[in-house]
Amino acid sequence: MDKFTTLTSSAIPLSIENVDTDQIIPARFLKATSRDGFGENLFRDWRFKKDGSVNEDFALNNAVYKGSILVAGDNFGCGSSREHAAWAINDYGFKVVVSSFFADIFKGNALNNGVLPIQVDKEYLKELFDQIKSNPDSQIEVDLENQKITILATDSSTNFEINPYKKTCLINGYDDIDFLISNKAEIEEFENSKA
Amino acid sequence: MKKTLFDKVWDAHVVKEIKDGPQILYIDKHLIHEVTSPQAFGELEQRGIPVFRPDQIVATADHNTPTVDQHLPVKDDLSRNQLEELTKNCKKNNITLYGLGHKYNGIVHVMAPELGITQPGMTMVCGDSHTSTHGAFGTIAFGIGTSQVAQVFASQCLLLQKPKSLRVNVNGKLKSEVLPKDVILYVIAKLGTNAGTGYFCEYAGNVFEDMSMEGRMTVCNMSIEMGARGGMIAPDETTFEYIKGKEFAPQGKEFDKKVAYWQTLPTDEGAIFDKEYHFDAEDIEPMITYGTNPGMGIKISENIPSENNASFEKSLAYMNFEKGQSLVNQKINYVFIGSCTNSRIEDFRVAANYIKGKKKANNVTAWFVPGSQQVAQQIVKEGLNTIFEEAGFQLRQPGCSACLAMNDDKIPEGEYCVSTSNRNFEGRQGQGSRTILASPLVAAATAIEGRIIDISKQLN
Repeated sequence: MDKFTTLTSSAIPLSIENVDTDQIIPARFLKATSRDGFGENLFRDWRFKKDGSVNEDFALNNAVYKGSILVAGDNFGCGSSREHAAWAINDYGFKVVVSSFFADIFKGNALNNGVLPIQVDKEYLKELFDQIKSNPDSQIEVDLENQKITILATDSSTNFEINPYKKTCLINGYDDIDFLISNKAEIEEFENSKA
Repeated sequence: MKKTLFDKVWDAHVVKEIKDGPQILYIDKHLIHEVTSPQAFGELEQRGIPVFRPDQIVATADHNTPTVDQHLPVKDDLSRNQLEELTKNCKKNNITLYGLGHKYNGIVHVMAPELGITQPGMTMVCGDSHTSTHGAFGTIAFGIGTSQVAQVFASQCLLLQKPKSLRVNVNGKLKSEVLPKDVILYVIAKLGTNAGTGYFCEYAGNVFEDMSMEGRMTVCNMSIEMGARGGMIAPDETTFEYIKGKEFAPQGKEFDKKVAYWQTLPTDEGAIFDKEYHFDAEDIEPMITYGTNPGMGIKISENIPSENNASFEKSLAYMNFEKGQSLVNQKINYVFIGSCTNSRIEDFRVAANYIKGKKKANNVTAWFVPGSQQVAQQIVKEGLNTIFEEAGFQLRQPGCSACLAMNDDKIPEGEYCVSTSNRNFEGRQGQGSRTILASPLVAAATAIEGRIIDISKQLN
């Protein structure tokens, strides 16, 4: 997993609520057996029209918006447990998703893939949307060590929560497997106590 | 200290607590399927890590399988490759697989309970959010991502924060035409799609106590649709009776010993939940959804509400419905009875009971998809297939089918489908498809009438 410490980037606004994982990556693209290449089909049915042409109205297709931060409406990532959604977001180039609320499974999947989900309150989310829409080049700074996100143009910032264990994992690029395996003796002891 | 059902099961599975961090939770059963497991096997292989407890894993092929001609090679190259990969990975790692055509094959959340694999007091996971289904047995069961599938392969454990607790109480007498599906659609419509996020939910009250195991599974199945990772119902005589004699259930004295333990699991009188809701059974009517998330549900007798926000309006525009509109008499060309929510024998009994002696509407294409080979056989044994055939319906072979339309069972663009599945997201049943969630009774009535009817009015 890639390490994550700080990031400064412009952001892409997706001001839709309840974005479910079927929109992030539709089921028909889940037939692959590797983790690669899902970015191509990220938000497939919103990015492309039914005839296959590009939907110019969709934020990801609007040339004025770019960057590796996705700012999205409330309850992002609800629905299915497909980790393909986190893979698609990562593969497309996003390292941070900001929303006022995340679904549980998506949040865990994102963290397991080095993508940082940042939950902010609704007022700050609106501030972000307004800032990006009025000046798409606005730089947003994410500081994981200090758990702080800042709109640099206005110096408006807010703190965000993250589990201390997951924070350490992200900063160092660790994943859970090595940690679990290092506890194998205790796991076997637990099994014996239940037998 | 008074404990909840959830506390009791969770606490019994904590291997270790990490200071300021998550807990290591032991997993008793790990169910896998073809779509969310290949990358986990790949990761283990790449890192040279063996599967730790292959005998605690059971695999089935369900998400990506055809529902006709299952004896023939799967036509779609990518689907076939995914199924072959599952077979190869299970063989290599000594994992039991109930593949296509096996007498135990079926949707993972239908197959495991009916084989007695699911038992009270267990922890169970699967790379599928509807793993919450198994909570109907008083099991902690929840969906996980593929990285977590790999973690369980490697260690039979997961690193987790203990979720908060939530209890949904429904008491009173349900109307005869109100099914478990209506109860859970009602609860989600009241609470919204994220009320349960961060929580594990217990369903309590006489309504759930009086339900069959099939009904309880339908309810727990949709816990994730209100954001809860899992839902649970206290095990009782109904639970024990269901498990008794099942293929992989404990037998004889061992069974009695287990029952004695299972009887200690229900929530202690006076245990405190972080959140609690109460609903009155008399207020529940047959439900349908009108929008693009499962929280957008109404009683069939009600009109679509009027909300002024962009997401709500986007949703209605997708469905091509108007604010304030009634859905009664809405013409419907597609009906799907199936999915891990409603594809058990009881669901087909409800449908057959309504359909008996009637004829399918000419405009309707209906897909009736049993949840497993065992359900399919039971349908034949009870003669329900004859009732369906005489009415103009045909049964298909088991699988997830049009619930997520990974196979060829896709609803065409722009068409409405009254569906017993669990999600009405945009394009869920095929690109541009419009899903209306409902109970198997409402779905059967729609298939006969070719339009949505007020089922309460017709039956009373």
